[in-house]
Amino acid sequence: MTAWTGDRPTERVGDSMLARISRVYEHQFLLYRRTWRGSIFNSFLSPVLFLLAMGVGLGSYVDKGGGGSLGVPYLAFLAPGLLAAAVMQTASFEATFPIMAGFVWTKRFHAMHATPLQPREIALGQISWTATRITLVGAIFVLVMIPFGAVHSPLVVLAIPVATLTGLAFSTPITAYAATQKTMNRFNYIFRFGITPLFLFSGTFFPVDQLPGFLQPIAWLTPLYHGVALSRSLALGTIGSDPLAGLIHLGVLLVFIVGGVVACLYQFDKRLS
Amino acid sequence: MPDPTSNTDAALIRARGLTKRFGAFTAVDAIDFSVAKGESFGFLGPNGAGKTSTMRMIGCVSPVTEGELTVLGLDPERDGPRIRARIGVVPQQDTLDTELTVEDNLMIYGRYFGLSRGEARRRAKELLDFVQLTERANDQVEPLSGGMKRRLSVARSLINQPDLMLLDEPTTGLDPQARHMVWDRLYRLKQRGVTLVLTTHYMDEAEQLCDRLVVMDKAKIVAEGSPRELIERYSTREVTEMRFDPAVQDSLGDELDGLAERVERLPDRVLLYTDDGEAAAVAAHERGLRPETVLVRRSTLEDVFLRLTGRSLIE
Repeated sequence: MTAWTGDRPTERVGDSMLARISRVYEHQFLLYRRTWRGSIFNSFLSPVLFLLAMGVGLGSYVDKGGGGSLGVPYLAFLAPGLLAAAVMQTASFEATFPIMAGFVWTKRFHAMHATPLQPREIALGQISWTATRITLVGAIFVLVMIPFGAVHSPLVVLAIPVATLTGLAFSTPITAYAATQKTMNRFNYIFRFGITPLFLFSGTFFPVDQLPGFLQPIAWLTPLYHGVALSRSLALGTIGSDPLAGLIHLGVLLVFIVGGVVACLYQFDKRLS
Repeated sequence: MPDPTSNTDAALIRARGLTKRFGAFTAVDAIDFSVAKGESFGFLGPNGAGKTSTMRMIGCVSPVTEGELTVLGLDPERDGPRIRARIGVVPQQDTLDTELTVEDNLMIYGRYFGLSRGEARRRAKELLDFVQLTERANDQVEPLSGGMKRRLSVARSLINQPDLMLLDEPTTGLDPQARHMVWDRLYRLKQRGVTLVLTTHYMDEAEQLCDRLVVMDKAKIVAEGSPRELIERYSTREVTEMRFDPAVQDSLGDELDGLAERVERLPDRVLLYTDDGEAAAVAAHERGLRPETVLVRRSTLEDVFLRLTGRSLIE
């Protein structure tokens, strides 16, 4: 091994912030290389099973019954909502256990912080990786929707980034929360009292106006309701009839994301110093 | 004694009144020290003495509460990333990515320092050779032994060819053979002129690796010097250790007085500090003392610590 005790130029401390963020991303990519096959397989399998059972199986009963009030077959109503909800679930998972691992189990984030990387760069690298992961989940979901005949408009392509934004509206605040935790004990509460009820009651499986009146405003406050509504209006091609509603949905998602990212930057900085 | 901290020009680390508080708790209490280029410098002290907090401030991952600190002539508060680009850290607990291979751990770490993939790969191979882990390059990290993981941590800390290495208890928890392998690698680095700063609560580690050290206790520095100087200043040349039957030990009165320059009674043995341990053992026998075992040995840093604080290093 060469000695390096003499003077030498200090290498690459001039790396840009973007370059440093991309290193975190690269680390995640190295990790993903080990599990990508299983991950992609699950991303296909899950929508296939859900669309078969709920869309085709349950849907045929719904359509024979009072489903006509939906205006479209139940499958077409369900699929874009389920797209947003599935991405929400993956995003929330990515925001809990892998973050805990980085701080507590493998301490990956602490190792990164001993290098020129700043806590905020670690946070942003992690968030951008989650965005990639869930975009892949969303894209595969839309691919699965096509043979099921659940796509009514080419605008469905835009439902992929909308699903990603929906996922980030959950993953960024949850990541910030995970950065404050020393054990995974409370993550169960997030899923049990947060993610699962939202999955069931945010307009994914039935319109929110079927909920008791007092619950409806609660649904409007959650990002999933807005993600589902926007995704559905794109997949069904009905967005043109009420573009203002679409903008409001988008705005709500962005507010959650901006708030979540700011919280992440703050909590990563606090945790790592 | 000349003040080794007065020459600040060559100092890689310089601390004045360095303090770290967590709420009402003071982890590091206004300590002064400096480390010169090429030196091996140690913080010796028991758990909770403030060693790790000091190391984290030097490593620019924990803000200074009060006082002055410069590392490589830079201010950690302002230049954290620039300083970290030039130091290598071996943390107390391994922070290796157990889901990656041995070589990928080094490779991705090189990338954090802005090395190209080719350069990171080249250095990774070289460093694996240095820490004798080449055969394990493509294995996962998880099944490696504790000693191998530590060596991998050492290799990882060298990927940026640091001007300064920070090692926080580099061999705690390792078996003797694994410890010697780590020491051997660190000794080679020292021979090459790499500046090492380490914390330890093992006196033998401090004696093996440190040119100069400070003894820390309860957030303060209580002594400073080379291991030899400290032993000369705070202890005697030899120590006679006598173990008695516990009942006998409890009943010992003034018959120990005057047997040595200093007598320490520990719960399980009596230590006689003297320049002639053999003579002290004979004198004890003449007074009718009948210890179950007698051991005459050289003074160590453990004795220095006992003298300075009245307590043992490892409790």
